[in-house]
Amino acid sequence: MEYVISVLLSGISVGGQYALIAIGYTLVYGILRLINFAHGDVFMVAGLMGIYFTAVLPITLSIPLVILVTVALGFAIERVAYKPLRDAPRMSVMISAIGVSYLLQNSATYVTGGQPMTYPKIPFLSNTINVAGTQTKWVVILTPFLVLALVFVLTQLIDRTKIGMAMRAVSKDFETSRLMGIKINSVISTTFIIGSALAAVGSVLFFTNYPAITPMAGAMPGLKAFVAAVFGGIGSIPGAVIGAFLIGICETIIKGLPSAWDVSVFSDAFTFALLIIILIFKPQGLFGEAATDKV
Amino acid sequence: MKQSNTTGISRKLSAMISIGVLLLLVILLENLSTFFPGVPQVLQPTSPLFTVLKKGAVYSLVAVTMNLLNGFTGLFSLGQAGFMLLGAYTYAILTVPAAMKEQVYYLFGGCAFESSLVDLFGAVFGTSGPGRAVAMILGVILALILAGCVAGFFAFLIGLPVLRLKSDYLAIATLGFAEILRAIFQWQKLGPVTNGANMIKGFPTFSSFNITDGSGRVILRLSTFIPFLVSSICILLIVLLINSSYGRAFKSIRDDEIASEAMGISLSKHKMISFVISSFFAGIGGGLFAMYVANAQAKAFTSTMTYEILLIVVVGGIGSVSGSVIATFLYVACSEWWLRFLDSEIVLKSGFKVPLLRNGFRMVVFSIVIMVIVLFFSQGIMGDREINIGALFSGGSRRKKAAAAAGSAGTVDISVSAADKTAPAKEISAGEGGSADENLKETVNDAAQDEVKK
Repeated sequence: MEYVISVLLSGISVGGQYALIAIGYTLVYGILRLINFAHGDVFMVAGLMGIYFTAVLPITLSIPLVILVTVALGFAIERVAYKPLRDAPRMSVMISAIGVSYLLQNSATYVTGGQPMTYPKIPFLSNTINVAGTQTKWVVILTPFLVLALVFVLTQLIDRTKIGMAMRAVSKDFETSRLMGIKINSVISTTFIIGSALAAVGSVLFFTNYPAITPMAGAMPGLKAFVAAVFGGIGSIPGAVIGAFLIGICETIIKGLPSAWDVSVFSDAFTFALLIIILIFKPQGLFGEAATDKV
Repeated sequence: MKQSNTTGISRKLSAMISIGVLLLLVILLENLSTFFPGVPQVLQPTSPLFTVLKKGAVYSLVAVTMNLLNGFTGLFSLGQAGFMLLGAYTYAILTVPAAMKEQVYYLFGGCAFESSLVDLFGAVFGTSGPGRAVAMILGVILALILAGCVAGFFAFLIGLPVLRLKSDYLAIATLGFAEILRAIFQWQKLGPVTNGANMIKGFPTFSSFNITDGSGRVILRLSTFIPFLVSSICILLIVLLINSSYGRAFKSIRDDEIASEAMGISLSKHKMISFVISSFFAGIGGGLFAMYVANAQAKAFTSTMTYEILLIVVVGGIGSVSGSVIATFLYVACSEWWLRFLDSEIVLKSGFKVPLLRNGFRMVVFSIVIMVIVLFFSQGIMGDREINIGALFSGGSRRKKAAAAAGSAGTVDISVSAADKTAPAKEISAGEGGSADENLKETVNDAAQDEVKK
């Protein structure tokens, strides 16, 4: 029983961390129809910055700074790597995203020297507590609540504000909203800013729970978050969050299965199997709208 | 009509001849150090030059297979590393000699397969002297072909559901399949076949093809020649496919799916053919890769490898086979050789330490260069044009001949416009006979290509 609770707890927490990344994917995909392959690496860079900033600054100062610099990074990536290709075929933009991801990973290898870096202990979040007889970190308990709060704020932002309305319009029809006088570039930049900020928060939560960051640490969570976004119906924020929680929980359950079965290798593969099943049977995802192609 | 037919054949012939010359050159280059021990360091067998040539030959095959999918059929697939993995493992499992199995699979108490293809052929041709060599060559060839078949078969299975998806969904689904395959091959339960997460080694590699005398001294090096031979045969087959009616169907699917369906091209059939054939050759490429690194291990075939190959294809030009090949050799030469100096600290004589240079800087510079290409030169090196191997090889001499003929005629200007080229063509044909028209066309074409390059 205690084991089950601890597996579920950590599953929910991992799911929450994926959810924060998945929102970035789903927002960007909804607007640009682009799988932002670099998003997972932005998440990794945010984690590394967390390490370097906390080494010289107090923690209360360094976490806001991490979020700020990550936002700047996301903004810069969009301006430099995606904006010039706005009218290019979708494949070119995706290749550019892969190029950015390659650049970020190689830069991280250069800066860290390829060594795994240990994430600093963050007071309170790293402390352990006792829940129903299992030892766990505060971050595990707090993550789902924090995620739900952020998602609530975000949905309010999208449903109630002017920029939110603009984002919805752009994701419905890029060209028409441009004709209606919406400043496409600022809407897209805002999307990237929101996505990067959430990825930065996610990185603090994720890496507090994990011992080390390697330059490749962002790739797999990034892909999984993308699968979560597809699962929930790309473009839909609640969908992405539900998908992320589901993937996080399933993944920790698979990892927690008896070691005699030796199936923990498949914790990553499971996510992709889920993706393929979803794409075959319900390509629009749980909450997505079916797209029709006009000839 | 008749003339274009004959020039078509002569083009093929000259392409074949130039590939043959290239292969001969590789053998010569590789063996210079054997015959003239005093050659510069660059030509010694330990030189990075040969690493680049071997890896370049392997990667160029894989890059061309990826280009067949992405550039010629318009299927944005990111599964190449997965099919390479299948090929590498199939090749490795089938060729580890029976004597080595115990040692390689020590964690699992031996392999599920007792024998290997090399041993099977060895039983027929003998296990010593030339018989052994024949057995090894046949075993390796058969294993490579089977490696391709396994990859192709899996591609067929994967393609059934996945090829219905469009652009980015297809990309992410194929990427997902590659990751699933990687997990399966690392599963300890399959250990007796795949050796779990450990590497398989001990199988014939490129250097197994070096011919040695009784004392073990190398007489003739063939370790660079072999990957060149296999890759050029495979690339040649792919080029033949691209130039066939199937290839034209692929290109029409790439350009407009709906229009080509309306023209009676079966989308699912042609997409599947392209996917399976591309994976077949990617499997062979995987087998070659295993030979190159002398081991097969699932964790080498990550999505990063696929990205690397994709970036090579982009740098070379999406939709250009020769572009992919050129880009591969440039890419491999830069990453393995020319940019190596960026990775080590350099202190100038004046005591000035060049900033930034240290381990890993090479890849940063490298990825920035790639980003610049992707963003500002999206056509890549070749765009969707091809270098006509035949024209490269014989075109130069033909051009000279044409110039000479022109010189002797005294009146012909090579840079005639297309409209009045028939007139001078007649004059040259008196001296040279046959394909003068072709000459001029090629001259003009070449000139245009040179122009573009500038």
